[in-house]
Amino acid sequence: RKAEARRSWPRWTDRSLLKSFVDPEELQRDGDPSLLSPRERRAAWLSAYRGSRCRMETCFDFSRCEKHGFKVFTYPQERGQPVSETYGKILSSIERSRYHTASPEEACLFILSIDTLDRDHLSGQYIRNVDEKIRGFPLWNGGRNHLIFNLYSGTWPDYAGDLGFDIGQAILAKASFDTESFRPGFDISIPLFSKEHPQRGGDRGWLYQDSVPPKKKYLLVFKGKRYLTGIGSGTRNALHHIHNGKDIISLTTCKHGKDWEKHKDTRCDKDNIDYERFDYQELLHNSTFCVVPRGRRLGSFRFLEALQAACIPVLLSDGWELPFAEAIDWGKAAVVGSERLLLQIPSAVRCIHPERVLAFQQQTQFLWDAYFSSVDKIVHTTLEIIKDRLSPHRSRSRLLWNALPGGLLVLPDFSTHLGDFPFYYLQHGYSSSKKFTAFIRAVSQAGSLSQPILRLIQAVSGSQYCGQIVVLWSCEKPPPPSGKWPQTTVPLTIIQGRRQLSDRFFPFEAIQTDAVLSLDEDTSLSTSEVDFAFLVWRSFPERIVGFSTQSHFWDPEQGRWGYTSRWTNELSIVLTAAAFYHRYYHSLFTEYLPAGLRQLVDGLAACEDILMNVLVAAVTKLPPIKVTQRKLHKEVAAQQAECRDGAAGTPPPGQRSPSAPHSAPAKVKGTAGSRRFSQRQDCLNQLADWFGYMPLVSSQLRLDPVLFKDQVSVLRKKYPSLEK
Amino acid sequence: IMCASAKYNTRGPALIPRMKTKHRIYYITLFSIVLLGLIATGMFQFWPHSIESSSDWTVEKRSIHDVPVVKLPADSPIPERGDLSCRMHTCFDVYRCGFNPKNKIKVYIYSLKKYVDEYGTSVSNTISREYNELLTAISDSEFYTDDVNRACLFVPSIDVLNQNALRIKETAQALAQLSRWDRGTNHLLFNMLPGGPPDYNTALDVPRDRALLAGGGFSTWTYRQGYDVSIPVYSPLSGEVDLPERGPGPRRYFILSSQMALHPEYRLELEALQAESGESVLILDKCTNLSDGVPAVRKRCYKNQVFDYPQVLQESTFCVVLRGARLGQAVLSDVLQAGCVPVIIADSYILPFSEVLDWKRASVVIPEEKMLEMYSILQSIPQRQIEEMQRQARWFWEAYFRSMKAIALATLQIINDRIYPYAAISYEEWNDPPAVKWSSVSNPLFLPLIPPQSQGFTAVVLTYDRVESLFRVITEVSKVPSLSKLLVVWNNQNKNPPEESLWPKIRVPLKVVRTAENKLSNRFFPYDEIETEAVLAIDDDIIMLTSDELQFGYEVWREFPDRLVGYPGRLHLWDHEMNKWKYESEWTNEVSMVLTGAAFYHKYFNYLYTYKMPGDIKNWVDAHMNCEDIAMNFLVANVTGKSVIKVTPRKKFKCPECTAIDGLSLDQTHMVERSECINKFASVFGTMPLKVVEHRADPVLYKDDFPEKLKSFPNIGSL
Repeated sequence: RKAEARRSWPRWTDRSLLKSFVDPEELQRDGDPSLLSPRERRAAWLSAYRGSRCRMETCFDFSRCEKHGFKVFTYPQERGQPVSETYGKILSSIERSRYHTASPEEACLFILSIDTLDRDHLSGQYIRNVDEKIRGFPLWNGGRNHLIFNLYSGTWPDYAGDLGFDIGQAILAKASFDTESFRPGFDISIPLFSKEHPQRGGDRGWLYQDSVPPKKKYLLVFKGKRYLTGIGSGTRNALHHIHNGKDIISLTTCKHGKDWEKHKDTRCDKDNIDYERFDYQELLHNSTFCVVPRGRRLGSFRFLEALQAACIPVLLSDGWELPFAEAIDWGKAAVVGSERLLLQIPSAVRCIHPERVLAFQQQTQFLWDAYFSSVDKIVHTTLEIIKDRLSPHRSRSRLLWNALPGGLLVLPDFSTHLGDFPFYYLQHGYSSSKKFTAFIRAVSQAGSLSQPILRLIQAVSGSQYCGQIVVLWSCEKPPPPSGKWPQTTVPLTIIQGRRQLSDRFFPFEAIQTDAVLSLDEDTSLSTSEVDFAFLVWRSFPERIVGFSTQSHFWDPEQGRWGYTSRWTNELSIVLTAAAFYHRYYHSLFTEYLPAGLRQLVDGLAACEDILMNVLVAAVTKLPPIKVTQRKLHKEVAAQQAECRDGAAGTPPPGQRSPSAPHSAPAKVKGTAGSRRFSQRQDCLNQLADWFGYMPLVSSQLRLDPVLFKDQVSVLRKKYPSLEK
Repeated sequence: IMCASAKYNTRGPALIPRMKTKHRIYYITLFSIVLLGLIATGMFQFWPHSIESSSDWTVEKRSIHDVPVVKLPADSPIPERGDLSCRMHTCFDVYRCGFNPKNKIKVYIYSLKKYVDEYGTSVSNTISREYNELLTAISDSEFYTDDVNRACLFVPSIDVLNQNALRIKETAQALAQLSRWDRGTNHLLFNMLPGGPPDYNTALDVPRDRALLAGGGFSTWTYRQGYDVSIPVYSPLSGEVDLPERGPGPRRYFILSSQMALHPEYRLELEALQAESGESVLILDKCTNLSDGVPAVRKRCYKNQVFDYPQVLQESTFCVVLRGARLGQAVLSDVLQAGCVPVIIADSYILPFSEVLDWKRASVVIPEEKMLEMYSILQSIPQRQIEEMQRQARWFWEAYFRSMKAIALATLQIINDRIYPYAAISYEEWNDPPAVKWSSVSNPLFLPLIPPQSQGFTAVVLTYDRVESLFRVITEVSKVPSLSKLLVVWNNQNKNPPEESLWPKIRVPLKVVRTAENKLSNRFFPYDEIETEAVLAIDDDIIMLTSDELQFGYEVWREFPDRLVGYPGRLHLWDHEMNKWKYESEWTNEVSMVLTGAAFYHKYFNYLYTYKMPGDIKNWVDAHMNCEDIAMNFLVANVTGKSVIKVTPRKKFKCPECTAIDGLSLDQTHMVERSECINKFASVFGTMPLKVVEHRADPVLYKDDFPEKLKSFPNIGSL
């Protein structure tokens, strides 16, 4: 064979004479257009592409979503029609979301109150006569604009996708979806999750350590049932072949179902003994890769379990439309194997480079936390994917779905440009903004402007990085006329705000830079402090960078979160009376958080800063940053909702004092300070409850100028005034 | 065994395990046998490949008219129509591809024949220029094999690019008689113009059974996701016209439509749009009275104005790509080439290579019903994003549209990625333009994790022979609460380390590793003994750091585990006079490096330093016995895009035992050498990755008026 000449495609001597595959003019004219009217064609589609050939353009009524936007209506619960715990969680996720509406007229998307999760007619949860019930709903409309959730369909022996009722033109969000019945761009594949799956928050992933090479005890593991017969048995019967007893552990048991012994083969007894020798959780914790084969159905609980455990899933489930594959790039977090090539899996995973393994592991954790760790996240991801289809030009690119902090936290209504968010600077080589907007909230009012606000405007406008000053006038009385405001080198804008506290984090159009310096009118800052803090923020544009800090702690006696404004060695909250952050957080605060949380803040007239800190920590998973402060600022001065008259900006002494160590508010019972303190603490606990966990993260450091308080000549120092 | 080359030795090559000589010989012998075995298997495995380089191939030189003629009997079999339910796991035979160390599929091309029917009338043109280019590209690629028995994928030489240029039934018969046809299994057909009048199907009408189709113009109903490949309709103008890339930014027109044979319904809507929006919208049509000899395809007209096509596309920010009789349009290619952002109006169209390309970054898709809202939709797109889309559009053209070769190779790569998913090309490689790839970083430690404090850190002390000082360092470091292990790297081959009984007794394990050569890079080797993520690299003369200072450094590292966290900071500066980088020592207000005489960092960076250091830097550092710390600073900054963190006021390591070399002249030589290192590394990295910052990290209450005994780190050290 070697002696034979190897042949490549010939270089034809007359190749320059070859004709093009099409006449250029014909190519540009493309057929005879007079034959087809686009409008008629679209009308013909509507009748041709229904049922199993549904697409958004043929089975979804977009016009329902135009007037009121993306609103979701859940059918009211009917008496005597119980829903499973899991379906209850799904419904409550939707009802808690910012898209929920109680009015069907406003709705773009409809969710049934009938529990359709379990459609295995042998199951106890199976609901009969769904077809009849649905036909009775006046809103059903052939299923148009409906979303149906399903976890289990079909039953022994073939576990086919049959739901036992006609879903018509409804979108199906289903677990274990097979690619053949999946209607691309229309249906949504969701993961299988157990009824213990938490409603919100959710446990974090198990990866605590990034190590290269991966230091886990096992390379690849599986422990599960071996079906002796029936669908799915092909793959499960073969899994024991890859077991090597060393770094690959693949254990199967024959014990399942009532009559397994009838089908048992010669391996069963030994396999059953080996099976008992290993603990599933132990394997999950200690392996780099986990085999996730199909069961009777294509998806399994194992998939999310492996994902959470940072055990890279090796999928052996041919024809499975992977969960949320419309958005998620599974190639970054899992090995999509082929059932037919099981025996190649060990060598294939062995050959994956250690850096890639590390990237896979981290990606499993990101995906788990962003889209899967709670029912809320699974449901919201489903809704956001549908919402993205409504206006393709205002939707998330694949990049946004697959990079931190994940698609749910990136609002395409804010922008679709990566550089407008605080998260992608490094990935895309953008530099963070070079100017900031000083955003001052003014609540005091008198005939003239208070001294503190004048000083503050002077100080910030002195910074070379200040691009503009915006004053949010949160007072019923009108702001002083423009002539009364100080002359500044940068533009000064006054916005008439409402009196709610949450208003200070509204995404005002007037704010034109990415960086916002949030200020209270009675904050005292020097230009050097502002300059230094801004330069620090530019290194950490996704975090809050500020001066005065507080910290939270778990109070084991009370069994709740406590918080302290005393001087401590740690910090987890930066007061927004003086802090830099990215303006995108205004949008997240106003658009992403449910209205209930803003009402909580406004109702208490406190803790809007805590909410902002909690939000940013939930997004970044990182603590805020404290920078040097020259002298003590206004710290916890009561932010009165009322406009004070006369001697504005000078609250009663004692309350204002930030001096260390701060008088513990708990000790001065009965004062406004202590009321405020306990309100803030309550607020913190309510936020932790709403998020389902405590997002705040503590830090032990403060950033100072490089030569801060060093014993060298002040002439060498760039920020000598910070040391006073 | 097959991926041995991809595996990294966890032991450095320069290290000899500490063991008795008898064992050493045994291991060396064993190692040699294994090595020989590896070489033997490697040869066996790679032998056939190694002589496959294309230059050795015989290239035939003959005329297209000399190809053999095949007569198709009228009753020869016709394949089944395409099966819409086909997916890789049902219709594709993966066993033909197998596991191979290169993770590359093997593609076979049938030799060229001329097919005629019973009456001798030809079935189609033998081959088009474009299909010949495509097959040539495959043949020249790494995917090609001429061995039909080793092939995973088969490409017929029967040209079906344009359905209108062939006879459907006879072409199908020709396919069916191919030697390995087997119902079309693992066969790949390329088609750009599917369907024919009046209803123009969106996929090739030639019955093809299980064959995969690389088609231009699929609709969502004919495209078998994960099986077929959606490809562009090639525009022959790509090869004829050279449109130099235009910088992004606003252009003369906002929206331009250049297609000639638009359906009147569409044209009416476009004209309505133009009437509303004025001169920023330009709707071109074919020219009616061109003088003879001027090709109609190269001109467009608006009223009496004549424009050159495709050059005019470069005058607009957005260019409309409307469906015609078919969904796929060659104008898409022209538009991308012009760096104009395509506005795609073709409901249900599967965009080219949509399996891997993120079209949202390069185009705007507008539903046909919303055509009239086009102007306001496009107006809402931020200017900076438009500029990125312009760049992205041009990049897609350059990488995936510009030639038949680009189209062929992208198609094969997509199929390859499905078969070897664990070696697939990433989203970023497919989608990021070179400029983004160049300026962006992908941090290998991207997950925001704060490592648990309980893990602690491993101190790695590099030493040569200063035993007394070493012992002091060990004693001092052992006082740090979070120390979990101490590793001494004994870099002196001429002297044995002191006996075990002489070493200080400390509360954590102490290990000594001996190195085979006195190299600086030994300090950055990812020793298996390092079991924590955090490494404290420390010299054997750094005795001035306090326990609080070190513990605080560790706590700071936990908050920034992907950075170098160190004590004295250093700076690089651009020397305008000399036109090169300069190294700057203490007393600056800025920092861009930290010394690794004592610094915390993630063990991953040891791995990078040892195996992934660009160019010859690692050897250069070992040869010069200097600048290993600067190299580490470069490496970490380059891969993370982040600055170092300097902690505490400390500005220098005073070394009491080495005052003798503190002379001024030596100091100057030192600075010159360090500056040279920076220039050398910047040229190897091709960029200056170091980031300059003005901050350092101190404990929260540092120098605050607060009782010292209540502070976590009261004794934070001095300058």
